[in-house]
Amino acid sequence: MRQFIERHTFWAIIIAVVAALFLWLIAAVWPDWLIDAMGRKKTFVNTLLNGITLGGLYFLVASGFTLVFGLMRNVNLAHGSMYLLGAYIGYEVAEASGNWFLGLAAAFVAIGLSGMLLQVLVFRRMEGDDLRQTLVTIGISIIAADLMLAVWTGTTYQFQPPEWLFGATSLPVVSVIKASGDPVYIKYPVYRLTVLFVAVVVGIALWLFLNRTRVGMMIRAGVNDREMLSASGVNVQLVFALVFAIGAGLAGFAGVVGGTALSIAPGEDLRYLLASLIVVIVGGLGSVTGAAIGALLIGLAEQFGLAYFPTYGVVLTFLIMVVVLAVRPQGIMGER
Amino acid sequence: MDARRLFSGRHSVSDIHPAAIAIVVVLIAYPTFASDFFIFQIGAYSLILGTIALSLMMLAGYGGMVSLAQMTVAGLAGYLVAILGDNSVEVMGLGWPWWLFVPTAILGAALFSAFIGAIAVRTEGIYTIMITLAIAVAFFYLVRQNYVLFNGWTGFAGVEPPTLLGVYWRDPVPFYYLSLAVAGFFFLAVLYASRSTFGLGLQAIRDNPRRMRALGYNVTLHRIVAYFMSGLIAATAGVLFVWFNGRISSGSVGVGIVIDILVIAVIGGIRHPVGPFLGALAFVLLENFAIDLIDRERFNTVIGVAFLLVVLFSPDGLVGIWHRIRPRLRIGGSTRSKSGRVERVDRHAAGSLEQT
Repeated sequence: MRQFIERHTFWAIIIAVVAALFLWLIAAVWPDWLIDAMGRKKTFVNTLLNGITLGGLYFLVASGFTLVFGLMRNVNLAHGSMYLLGAYIGYEVAEASGNWFLGLAAAFVAIGLSGMLLQVLVFRRMEGDDLRQTLVTIGISIIAADLMLAVWTGTTYQFQPPEWLFGATSLPVVSVIKASGDPVYIKYPVYRLTVLFVAVVVGIALWLFLNRTRVGMMIRAGVNDREMLSASGVNVQLVFALVFAIGAGLAGFAGVVGGTALSIAPGEDLRYLLASLIVVIVGGLGSVTGAAIGALLIGLAEQFGLAYFPTYGVVLTFLIMVVVLAVRPQGIMGER
Repeated sequence: MDARRLFSGRHSVSDIHPAAIAIVVVLIAYPTFASDFFIFQIGAYSLILGTIALSLMMLAGYGGMVSLAQMTVAGLAGYLVAILGDNSVEVMGLGWPWWLFVPTAILGAALFSAFIGAIAVRTEGIYTIMITLAIAVAFFYLVRQNYVLFNGWTGFAGVEPPTLLGVYWRDPVPFYYLSLAVAGFFFLAVLYASRSTFGLGLQAIRDNPRRMRALGYNVTLHRIVAYFMSGLIAATAGVLFVWFNGRISSGSVGVGIVIDILVIAVIGGIRHPVGPFLGALAFVLLENFAIDLIDRERFNTVIGVAFLLVVLFSPDGLVGIWHRIRPRLRIGGSTRSKSGRVERVDRHAAGSLEQT
């Protein structure tokens, strides 16, 4: 942190000003001229929260994607399919057992296993051939999308999360002061806050796993120099399989979490693949911290785009990507 | 294969492979013995898809840049035709004359392609696929959400080619010849360009960008120009594409068809310009007749499996399979040994693409 401020004082000041502005916008009761300029405060705060929670969801999906890429240089374009398959499997298990958490665990394990199988049976055969690996994942995603359509048809599914996750809670943020002098607090769905919480927990867990455990150390070493790691006597193939399992498992996990927040339908695979792609391009391929920053940026951009200029919402996301590529082709946290 | 001699100025008619002449004759005579369905839905459609895939083949095969945004460029050209020309939807349709909107659409889309190139060439190799895919999907969502310019989900209908010289160009036979002329022109152009100074420079950049940079070549500019030229091909095919369908909507630039173009190029083979057309023919035939083999609903599984098999077992596509079995069949045998050597050089270069 301190290093960053010393080295990039200009950017640190900009970030601090923007953060202070946002904090003031959240905390203050808006004066009339601001309401005239930006609409009601409720819209703004809700959009901001939606953006942050969506960013959390994107982080869950993209962290697996970036982890796999960082270690194996394997762009897994079937990552979106894993998200959707995880959602479907989780739905089936949750329906059958009546327990949402069981569905969540089943999705993580099942997709993790399928990812491991993919690594062992397919990718190991064409190691070092990035382009072919990527083409194979495209082929797999075409087939997977079609087969999922065959099994689960085009219907939209909706999860039944536990009761206590339903409903809305009041936030300690005042939207307007009524004429009588009573403040009106902003309400927000509990489940979305849970998504954000889960994303933060997963992020911290991933950080601890990568930075504080022996396996994590091997993974980081593998990201830096794969050959050297295997020369030091580590079974690299085992590490690869493990990382692929975690990365894929996170996609399946995110499938259930995201499928509950929104819904499960064909085409969602694509949406989350696009999100992961842009998040890691912006954040920097292979960096989990980058994925977190990218996910937050893209989530916010998407929600603000939808709320304030609906027909050009995508352009905002796209612009962020172009600007980042123009200034820093390797992404915000990426390394060359 | 014969391009070097064809365009070196020292060619003679006997240098052209008899099979090539036979294929050209068949292609030109095709409408005389085929039904309207085969002329229009199979013939012309294959040629259009093949031309779009050709633009990808040029970028991927010679430039080593696998761009998934070729259909997006073609789609933008189609949209420009609908916006600048006439359509039966009450949105846009500025009613320009055809000689103005056709070049504008092609040039506009090609410039867009150059812009995509300028973004994509900042990174290398595998990143190109990701960035171009992100651009393609973003464009898809833009046209679907935007009602002011692109008329959102429904898109445009009633886009007709102009009636020229007393011919209605959407009739199967004239449209087939129009597509054949465009496809043939770009096929020869790519073949010629691959042996030009620019094309050789591009292939050298594919094989070793650092060395080319050290030799004083402007690698970035070379690549962007390659994007622009492939954009011209894709955009021209895009104009034909919108005339073929008579309408264009967000579905026409959706991810399904974006991936299909890649599938076509890879199945056909991205080492030689003939690959995309072979791939397109195989794809269109499969699309139309897979219904007899397997449930029509599962067409994507069939095409996905075909794609997977090609990627796993024959990275050079159908053209690669042909090259592999030809020595065993001994067709053309010893008289063609000279061109055989050129192909080996090609194959060698192809190997280095996969390592980038």
